[in-house]
Amino acid sequence: MKQRDVIVIGAGHNGLTTACYLARLGLDVLVLERNDYIGGAAVSRELTPGWTYSSCSYVCSLLRPEIVRDLDLPRHGLQVIPYEGGVTFTREGDYFALYSDKDRLRRELARHSARDAEAYDRYTLEVLRQCRFIRPLLLWTPPDPTSLKPRDLKGLAQLGRRLWSLGEEQIYDMIRFWTMSAGDFLDQYFENDLIKAHLAGSSIIGTALGPYSPGTAYVLLHHYMGDVDGATGAWGFARGGMGAITRAMASALRGSGGEIRTEAPVGRIVVKNGRAVGVALDSGEEIAAKVVVSNLDVKRTFLKLVEANELPPSFLNRVTKFKIRGSSGKLNIALDGLPSFPALPPGCPAWRGDMHVTESLAQMEEAYDDWKAGSWSRRPYVDMLIPTLIDPTMAPPGKHYMTVFVQYAPPKLAEGEWSTQTRDAFGKTVIDTIAEISPDIRDLIRHVEVRSPADLENEVGLTEGNIFQGELTMDQLLFNRPVPGFAQYRAPIPGLYMCGSSTHPGGGVMAAPGANAAREIARDLKRAA
Amino acid sequence: MNRPDAIVVGGGHNGLACAGYLARGGMKVLVLEAEGRLGGMARTVELGEGFRIPEIAHLLHLLHPRVESELRLAQHGLALAAADLPTVALEPGRQPLLLSSDPAAAEGLAVADRESWRALRDRLVRFASALEPFRGEPPPRLGSSASRADLTRLARMGWAIRSLGREEMRELLRIIASNVADLVEDEISDPLLQGAIAFDAVLGTGFGPRAPGTVLTLLYRLAGSVAGRPGALALPKGGMGRVADAIGKAAEAAGAQLRLNARVERVLVEDGRAAGVALEGDERLDAPIVVSNLDPKRTFFDLVGPAHLDTGFLRRIANFRARGTTAKLNLALDGLPEASGIERRHLMGRIVIAPTVVMLERAADAIKYKRHSEQPAIEAVIPSLHDPDLAPPGKHVLSAIVQYAPPELAGGWNEPARQHFADLALSQLDAALPGLKSLVRARQLLLPQDIARMSGASGGHWHHGELAIDQMLMLRPAPGAQQYATPIEGLYLCGAGCHPGGGVMGAAGMNAARRILAGEGRA
Repeated sequence: MKQRDVIVIGAGHNGLTTACYLARLGLDVLVLERNDYIGGAAVSRELTPGWTYSSCSYVCSLLRPEIVRDLDLPRHGLQVIPYEGGVTFTREGDYFALYSDKDRLRRELARHSARDAEAYDRYTLEVLRQCRFIRPLLLWTPPDPTSLKPRDLKGLAQLGRRLWSLGEEQIYDMIRFWTMSAGDFLDQYFENDLIKAHLAGSSIIGTALGPYSPGTAYVLLHHYMGDVDGATGAWGFARGGMGAITRAMASALRGSGGEIRTEAPVGRIVVKNGRAVGVALDSGEEIAAKVVVSNLDVKRTFLKLVEANELPPSFLNRVTKFKIRGSSGKLNIALDGLPSFPALPPGCPAWRGDMHVTESLAQMEEAYDDWKAGSWSRRPYVDMLIPTLIDPTMAPPGKHYMTVFVQYAPPKLAEGEWSTQTRDAFGKTVIDTIAEISPDIRDLIRHVEVRSPADLENEVGLTEGNIFQGELTMDQLLFNRPVPGFAQYRAPIPGLYMCGSSTHPGGGVMAAPGANAAREIARDLKRAA
Repeated sequence: MNRPDAIVVGGGHNGLACAGYLARGGMKVLVLEAEGRLGGMARTVELGEGFRIPEIAHLLHLLHPRVESELRLAQHGLALAAADLPTVALEPGRQPLLLSSDPAAAEGLAVADRESWRALRDRLVRFASALEPFRGEPPPRLGSSASRADLTRLARMGWAIRSLGREEMRELLRIIASNVADLVEDEISDPLLQGAIAFDAVLGTGFGPRAPGTVLTLLYRLAGSVAGRPGALALPKGGMGRVADAIGKAAEAAGAQLRLNARVERVLVEDGRAAGVALEGDERLDAPIVVSNLDPKRTFFDLVGPAHLDTGFLRRIANFRARGTTAKLNLALDGLPEASGIERRHLMGRIVIAPTVVMLERAADAIKYKRHSEQPAIEAVIPSLHDPDLAPPGKHVLSAIVQYAPPELAGGWNEPARQHFADLALSQLDAALPGLKSLVRARQLLLPQDIARMSGASGGHWHHGELAIDQMLMLRPAPGAQQYATPIEGLYLCGAGCHPGGGVMGAAGMNAARRILAGEGRA
């Protein structure tokens, strides 16, 4: 049987990224995908005739520009169009719009609070400062602080030097930012509930914490770190839906000689004499490889694909304790026309971006409390977009597509597993929420696809349906992600690597874990050669 | 006293400890206390004739051993009525769970949990002991302003963590920023034990057990020791007020002068440096050094005033979170509750009512919406069982900490709301200790705003400011004031709003005094 150089399990954006980088080195790379389509959670799918859904992830902003350049993704068809604004609606008919035009934004801020309009520049400056520090850490292998290897010591020293060079007050601000809650952070700048609620949205997306839980300021930043065409913090649509990203990656991979096999579910990672030597498919077929890389989350990889006796007990114990919590749901809606949002002034560009319904951080906390009690939020926080306003190719002419991300929904309800009834009831709660600000939406709905965290798990294979393959809390970042001592993409079994979002720097169609893993694998292969 | 070298504003335990150390260092020190007695939050008060109760703080467990020995507190009247109080977790209908500082001696646990409790407790104590020495030192500054001493401290801190060994270091770095709910759910299966451990992590804070950072507050608590036993709890003989009294006597013995009923209205700032204080009633006292035992907000906003400070610094002080969410219920009892399964030795312990993590989290959730907990979590002690002098024969006092009470209640903390909250707390106690209600002859509820009024601490917060990772060490209370010196030359802080925080520890006062003496060339 032919031995491959590299097998990547899972054709998500990170798996494909790792595969691309390694194939470009001339290695023989095979990507195995369980589904009959590629992309993992970065997919465009036609789930109702004529409509293309970004059925899971829906926003492109974190994708690292270095990776886009290295893999030449635009040449393979990737085009990203920035949002033109963002808006948060209240149920009482008011709104706060985040315009990309600076003067207009200032007037809008001042409409709600003159003081907050003053504070906004200070706020952005601070957030950007934090971004600047963290950005270079994304495509970086976290050093192990418990190790005395020269490479780790050097990495720590570099980090220390960068931190030191910020100057005293900014070092403290940095530490505070990493440890405080988004709510406390925003309270330092703003007084208006609605402005705070709009800005706090990103601190809870995909996270099983409320805006006042310590550590959420970092999550807020995590979503801010991206850029579209050099505009920091900007979010964008991928033309043709999120699948365009993974399609471009697959095209780049094939261009470098890599191979992708779909409908090839891996049942087991084959370990011989303590070394990963290949994989066994569910069909019984075995494929040998020098290197096996898992794009799957850390629990699926080590609790399902590897025999427990091949792993050190302390590692296994920490994998078990790794927190992967499902907290989000999703609705994909095919619309027969454009819904109206009566609160917005005519011609307002803010809706060509992300739209939300909430009044305050307290309301977001309430939504979180429902999740803790094992129910979906009675008043959920929604992050919704109409991509067809910018990219009409996703729906038939005159029709529209709406994606609605919902926070919070538990992976398992207090009364038991999700059922068709509970999923429908969840969908109804969300539609009712949207109808409060868009009264005609119900009449325009042609098809709705409702996804609970359980659906996300079954379809994409994300444990508990967690979009980041593991909570982005302080105990699970940097050298702690996914397991202390194993944050450098290497599993405890030689020849086995991790490249999914369970590893540093985490999730959100960023592709950084994939690129970092490829770098470490290449390093090991070079040493072995 | 002719012109003092230093004036200490506030006669709480930290102010007194600071004065004691300064006087021992050869300075002429004057302590000014606004009230008619010393002790701040560590006082004993009367609740009806013959009943003496710890007004706010009621357990002694964090007192810094150096403060105790160097100020010779034993000679100045500090004695313990109980040195190692067990924790007794109660849940109606269940055998009490008894935990002492020796985890092997736990009672009421299933065999499996007994082992995991011991392993967890040993590990946490090990972590806490590695970090403990840094209580007794100023927090290191970072960046280019770090002195050689700061760098040494930082290196020692790193070394202390590294010395735990590789696996333990990894575990510490993993859990230190995590939440206590995950920790106990990962390690322990008994819900009552989970609740009791989680309770210690959130006691005195505004967080629920699911909030990241609560493992660190648990370690903070375990850093204390009584007579060498880490994490042990003690009751001072004669009540909590004796601690401050002893520190006050020690300060006086060293030459410090204490003046009661002397309310400082302003710190005088002349040519950008502290020149003394102005008292209520137009009296002025000059001194080149002024040390404030008050919390940072009171110190900088009320005593100094914004005119003398820059905006950036003031903004940071304004942003220092100090919203107390802990209330106190003090009871005078006609006797002891007698319930089946609850023995006298259980009542002699520290009673904890926090039966599950979920209940505790729900109790904490209420404050987010300006509501009080419907099922408050409670820590109660009956000091008169250890110290019969505190109550008439056969009678008792019960002191309870009740969480959570929001600083602002939706609808306002009016009299009915107060009574309702006290009733809830009492019902909660009565459910665990049947018959208690009928024994109550007098009760006193102190809400955070009452504590603020009585002690002067902003927001009525025990620690003068929330103990959370972003407000610890060199982040406490703000850059420019984290090593006890402040932007105003000659003005220092010595209260719980500085590192290492509150809890009747005395370490902030001791560290501040060392800092001042070093600056004066007397150390």
